[in-house]
Amino acid sequence: MSESGIGAPVRRTEDQRFVTGNGRYTDDINVAHQTYASFVLSPHAHAKIKSIDTKAAAAAPGVVAVFTGQDVADAGIGGLICGWTIHNKDGSPMQAGGHPALALDRVRYVGDHVAMVIAETLAQARAAAELVAVDYDILDSVVVTGKAKDKDAPQIHDEAPGNSVYDWAIGDKDAVDAAFKAADHVTSLDLVNNRLVPNPMEPRAAIGDFDPGTGGYTLHTTSQNPHVARLIMSAFLGLAPEHKLRVIAPDVGGGFGSKIFVYAEETLCVWAAGKIARPIKWTSSRADAFLNDAHGRDHETMAELALDKDGKMLAMRVKTVANLGAYLSTFSSAVPTYLYATLLSGQYNLPSIYCEVDAVYTNTAPVDAYRGAGRPEACYVVERLVETAARELNLDPIELRRRNFIAEFPHETPVIMTYDTGDFGASLDKALELGDYADFGKRKAASESGGKLRGIGFSTYIEACGIAPSAAVGSLGAGVGLWESAEVRVNPTGNVEVLTGSHSHGQGHETTFAQFTAARLGIPMDQVSVVHGDTDKVQFGMGTYGSRSGAVGMSAISKAVDKVIAKATKVAAHLLEASEGDIEFENGSFSVKGTDKSLAFGEVSLAAYVAHNMPEGVEPGLKEGAFYDPANFTFPAGCHICEVEIDPETGTTEIASWVAVDDFGTIINPMIVEGQVHGGIAQGVGQALTEGAVYDADTGQLLTGSFMDYCMPRADDLPSFTLGFTETVCPSNPIGVKGCGEAGAIAAPAAVINAVTDALNIKDIAMPASPATVWQAIQSSTKQAAE
Amino acid sequence: MPTVSMTVNGKSVSGEVPANTLLVEFLRETLGLTGTHVGCDTSQCGACVVHVDGKAAKSCTRLAVQCEGAEVATIEGLANGADLHPMQEAFRENHGLQCGFCTPGMIMAAVDIANRHGGKVDEETIRHELDGNICRCTGYHNIVTAIAAGAAAMGK
Ligand code: FES
Ligand code: FES
Repeated sequence: MSESGIGAPVRRTEDQRFVTGNGRYTDDINVAHQTYASFVLSPHAHAKIKSIDTKAAAAAPGVVAVFTGQDVADAGIGGLICGWTIHNKDGSPMQAGGHPALALDRVRYVGDHVAMVIAETLAQARAAAELVAVDYDILDSVVVTGKAKDKDAPQIHDEAPGNSVYDWAIGDKDAVDAAFKAADHVTSLDLVNNRLVPNPMEPRAAIGDFDPGTGGYTLHTTSQNPHVARLIMSAFLGLAPEHKLRVIAPDVGGGFGSKIFVYAEETLCVWAAGKIARPIKWTSSRADAFLNDAHGRDHETMAELALDKDGKMLAMRVKTVANLGAYLSTFSSAVPTYLYATLLSGQYNLPSIYCEVDAVYTNTAPVDAYRGAGRPEACYVVERLVETAARELNLDPIELRRRNFIAEFPHETPVIMTYDTGDFGASLDKALELGDYADFGKRKAASESGGKLRGIGFSTYIEACGIAPSAAVGSLGAGVGLWESAEVRVNPTGNVEVLTGSHSHGQGHETTFAQFTAARLGIPMDQVSVVHGDTDKVQFGMGTYGSRSGAVGMSAISKAVDKVIAKATKVAAHLLEASEGDIEFENGSFSVKGTDKSLAFGEVSLAAYVAHNMPEGVEPGLKEGAFYDPANFTFPAGCHICEVEIDPETGTTEIASWVAVDDFGTIINPMIVEGQVHGGIAQGVGQALTEGAVYDADTGQLLTGSFMDYCMPRADDLPSFTLGFTETVCPSNPIGVKGCGEAGAIAAPAAVINAVTDALNIKDIAMPASPATVWQAIQSSTKQAAE
Repeated sequence: MPTVSMTVNGKSVSGEVPANTLLVEFLRETLGLTGTHVGCDTSQCGACVVHVDGKAAKSCTRLAVQCEGAEVATIEGLANGADLHPMQEAFRENHGLQCGFCTPGMIMAAVDIANRHGGKVDEETIRHELDGNICRCTGYHNIVTAIAAGAAAMGK
């Protein structure tokens, strides 16, 4: 392995600009003559709009325009869409209500967009927004997931009776019911997967611009998938034809899912820029981000696991109510169905599974994919059930897992996934060794002698990445295929531009993709640059989410590199007067087998562009594109072990140690992969211990609307992590990679809560297990013991 | 509108701004120094940390006019020409950043931590001292490593 070869911890190219303050995020960009937008947001969770008076705002100093929902509707602009149609149990399509970018006659959550005010300065736009007078008729609201379908719950969309978006099921109900009847033991848990606010540190932003000369629009925006944003804005909202709309996502400061979706603000900045023929800039405040960025999770679940007397798993039965908020966000419907229930088999040989999911509307912010998207919820169900079953059966949780691990591949689960490869025992063994499991008893005793309670929790997770085989997701209701594209442009002098449809917002693609391409072409890494995030430069792309950029995005690059090498080999053979079959390409040089005749990669690329001497029928130039459609999902898996130490006096939980052993298949850059695991674990620990979005049940106000009330994990909430890797190479893509971006967030919550419940010797505790929650759990279990 | 004058990254600057202009707005909008970021509106995240008269300060939490005559240092002024400051180099070398958005504030806070605690600052102190800076990407593991390494290098 060379210093920058595949598998080397190459330092990141992009860091030079980030550590010197030269990153270029959307809010860093200013366009000549730009105006500023401010939005009037609903202060009510649910209300009829009786009237909107914009006169005073329109007359305020500096105001350029004020728009309401009626203006947008009159212009024929379509509503925001959900791109995945889920079907009810009876086969009918889901019940989806409309989502106008600006509300027409009703607001459905606190933060719903009511009017757009555009002014010469931001201060003027904000001041004028205060002058928009909206007369509301306040309606009853419902924010609690489990209450949305109550008989007396207010109806949120006429199209969705009983606030039901869909009732969906997967698996064989009869087989599961029969297995439960025959079971020796049933473990059941009622679980809440708490609502989270993604909170990438860069708030969303947009600059819409219109060029009257060409009739073309440009949008700079904080997007994880600029091409998909353009497609939706063009084909569904009707803002501009695709070839007249350029979407640029420059440096983006984290996404975690929340920047996949097409929101009202950027849509309106594009549309209104055309109306006023001036650029419009909008940057979200953190307060607005809390209200309006799509939230994550929010499930209420009843889960049961049937086992025989030897601890062999027989069946699993799950019933989940998923809160999708007041409107269906871009991919929301797929998250609690195909990204969730299809992973309920975990790492285990489960003969049958049945899962019902009821998705509901509530008067809350839309809920969509957040790091892990459905898989953290699935892992939480599976790993909480397994650990609880082990305790009930008086079995070591390790032993119970081992008895049920899937060991033969490919393995077809009862919930439509085909696991291609894995070695679950290997990652478990390695984690036990790294975590010194054998000595846990000693550590527990030491904690106890210091007056602390120590617990250990496991999470042997599996997830599905590399989304996704286009035909497969199409048959399940997806509106688009989930392939990826790439183009490899070799310049005459032999340096290379890699254009990718993936988008980097922290993942380090500029490094990993260059590292991969340079290694394949045998040229120095600094001869390769990566271009992404601009629909004028990159032809098309599906973007970055679901840990797909390695497995899908880089596979497309690999295919394009193959084509470049194939063409260059033809040219080299011709120049070297040899037959193509005799050419070997190694370390950046084409040579004729068994001779000392060779040409460097750069010499061949120059010859291809000079084109004085090309082989018969071969076009000049050296540039190839490829579309890669994955053959299967990929299945990262591994074992996370969390040890906690709890202070019974204060209820404070400290993560005493964390061991993670992951199997991500082939690893290109281990430094970047480790960073992804660290960040994922931190978000999972946040879900388990500190974070939770809370709406007031009576008023529907978001109570956790700032970093003062919503507890983001900070440096002293977390330990340093011990990481290890095992490797089973993914057989379905040319590189062998599986994906690493979400594993930590998927595995972590179950590991933490398994550890906390172990320490406290209780069956369950709600997330986030904050000091108050833990302290109360301790009080009520002491009280129970006394009774 | 009041005129405000200060020294930023060693250069004297002045500008006419509304009295309620925040220091971070003055830096980003008036001076075009967009390396200093805004991540919140409640003084919680630290994306905006700069140095004012040699001490770390949240530039979203003071007015530009309060910094009249002050010496302000931002991330753009930290490197010595093409040579990165040891703390910048440590973040790069230890993968102490992912999306880079928290990074300028983290690095400015880190330099301040090193200034106050010296080159041998331990992990616990670093984690404690970072309570004013949020990073959503890195899980802090590599940031803590980077700060320890950067502080050690600064001490040399
Ligand atoms: S911007 Fe968040 S603390 Fe200053
Ligand atoms: S690197 Fe993205 S927030 Fe810290």
